[in-house]
Amino acid sequence: MTAARPSLPLSIAGGNLLALTHIYTATLVLGIGALFGMLQGFSRANLIVMPQAFDYYRMLTAHGVLMALVFTTFFITGLFTYCVYTTLLRVRSTTLGWTGYVVMLVGTVMAAVAILDGSASVLYTFYAPLKASPLFYFGATLLIAGTWFVAADLFLNVAIWKRANVGERVPLPAFLATCTMIMWIIATLGVVAEMALLIPWSLGWTPGIDVSLTRMLFWYFGHPLVYFWIMAAYTIWYTVVPSTYGGRIFSDALTRLAFIMLLLLSTPVGLHHQFLEPGIAPGWKWLHMVLTYGVVVPSFMTAFAIFASFEQAARKAGVRGFFQIVGWLPWKNPVFAGPALGMILFVFGGFGGIVNSSYSMDVLVHNTMWIVGHFHVTVGGPVALTFIGATYGLVPMLTGRTLFAPRLALVQVYLWFAGMAIMSVAMHWAGLLGAPRRASDVTYFGAQGAATWHGEMVWAATGGAIVAISVVLFIVVATGTFLADRRAVDAAPSFAFASTREDALATPPAFDRLTRWGMAAIVLALLAYAGPVTEQLTAHAYLAPGMRTW
Amino acid sequence: MHIHRAERLWLGFGVAMLAVFLAVITTAAIVDGFVPPSHVQTIDPTKVSQTPPFDRPGLRRIGPGAYEAYYIARIFAFVPATITVPRDAHVTFFVTSGDVEHGFSIPETGVNTMVTPGWVSEVSHTFSTPGTFLLICNEYCGSGHQLMAAKVIVQ
Repeated sequence: MTAARPSLPLSIAGGNLLALTHIYTATLVLGIGALFGMLQGFSRANLIVMPQAFDYYRMLTAHGVLMALVFTTFFITGLFTYCVYTTLLRVRSTTLGWTGYVVMLVGTVMAAVAILDGSASVLYTFYAPLKASPLFYFGATLLIAGTWFVAADLFLNVAIWKRANVGERVPLPAFLATCTMIMWIIATLGVVAEMALLIPWSLGWTPGIDVSLTRMLFWYFGHPLVYFWIMAAYTIWYTVVPSTYGGRIFSDALTRLAFIMLLLLSTPVGLHHQFLEPGIAPGWKWLHMVLTYGVVVPSFMTAFAIFASFEQAARKAGVRGFFQIVGWLPWKNPVFAGPALGMILFVFGGFGGIVNSSYSMDVLVHNTMWIVGHFHVTVGGPVALTFIGATYGLVPMLTGRTLFAPRLALVQVYLWFAGMAIMSVAMHWAGLLGAPRRASDVTYFGAQGAATWHGEMVWAATGGAIVAISVVLFIVVATGTFLADRRAVDAAPSFAFASTREDALATPPAFDRLTRWGMAAIVLALLAYAGPVTEQLTAHAYLAPGMRTW
Repeated sequence: MHIHRAERLWLGFGVAMLAVFLAVITTAAIVDGFVPPSHVQTIDPTKVSQTPPFDRPGLRRIGPGAYEAYYIARIFAFVPATITVPRDAHVTFFVTSGDVEHGFSIPETGVNTMVTPGWVSEVSHTFSTPGTFLLICNEYCGSGHQLMAAKVIVQ
């Protein structure tokens, strides 16, 4: 396994700038998105009223799109570019990578303009027949298309490396990046197919839209989108986090197996977002629940591997006992503390996810604040904290600088954790009391049934404010690292890939045949969706003309 | 491939837990009918007001203690705005949308369904406690989404 090197070949240095540009873009997007999030919290708690020129739903659309689609995607493409370039050390050209970045950025700007000018207040799910301006759909499509260039760049590099290193295993970080991007390509085909229906309709070329079909295509993409974030976070948990405490990767083979399972099972599960929809037979919903349970297994494996790695490293250092090991871990290093605090939140995120995917139980929580609480202890907690912690490792690494104000960085990750915990608990609780998500105000003219919700919204706003303070610190530290320009001399690498433990067992060669696993994933997705999609198409549903209701 | 004994135990526990959940939920679905609302019936969303039975939205008594309620969801209101039923009434709600996607939810009851234009949703509930229940749209439908609510009065 290749540890990051102090002096890199020239082509790698060019790759560093590419990865850094992706990651710093993600940093700025996270900042804007979090400030919108705070204003939403205040708005829902009736502390402020958003002005007409930038109303709640416009802001909510911006928050969702920036966080779920833009921040995460830019960070992940940057991270994976880094994973592949630094472990293969054979990068010839960064042209494809830069093309991807520019296409993603142009798409983001187009979608952002549409949202800001008020022509696309359709939230990040853009459910038809809410009809946004074509600019929004074009922008979102380009954002996705840009990631395909990045994926092509990574696949090409891995293919070239494999040809030059016949019989060798692809280094683990490059394998995990490739595996995730294959999953992403399969998933994004769904949303691109949806766009092929939405764009002509939005342009006025088609009179109406098959609402159910677009929703099914969206969620075919929408759930693996979640796993795209989680697999990127897992990549860091498996390969980078152990290096922060001098540990090793528990098992190369099991890590690859977990990712292969995620590749296979992330896509054929989307109907669990559509349990409460008419027009879909309950049998299909049940099938997708079963498959969703299947995708829990690689997460169990991941949890085991993380704790096993902690314990092995601690024992090697002579530390024994649960609390002693927990205390021994480097909680003062933000590159560890970010992901580790995220893991704590993910325990709740994971169990909440099992509730949500549990068929009839979903009735209790569907479209309530519980769901909002859930994705803030998944993407907003574990994923964001892992990406933030990784940024603290990557920015110094990629710039050759030392981290600006490391104590501030540490305070920042703990503040994020605290704020997100307060906010998510309040949101989960509000959801159990029945408070709906996605509403600018939940007082319902003082209706008795809504009386218990406001107090929870105030707590959620408090948590949101703490997260917003935290994100300001994040931007200060990340930006300060460039501006302060303190060169790192002989510093230990702040973001290094750990090696696998010496006595780990051999990895079966079949695990490395990602093309075949990708094919299997496509077959499984087709099997899970052939039935419901055929039923949608043969139902001859009436088309909805669509309108702008904002 | 060898998997560590502790990991086999852990995964065995995890998979067994999932199997129990699955068995409970599947049994509840088959035996007690706990199935998420999945009514399959199409309707022209541009003609809901002319299409029976939605041409006369409202509550109908279909037997002793049994009712059917027909709702049209449109930005930003439900028709009918209020229905009144006696205690222990079993009400089957049929809902459709005349414009965009809506939600149909009565918090703290099991009533919760999406309302998709082009389709009719069905969900039922027995109201065993008297009071005024809030019925809300719980899917974003536009600038007045937060105002979209109705009432179910149980006497």
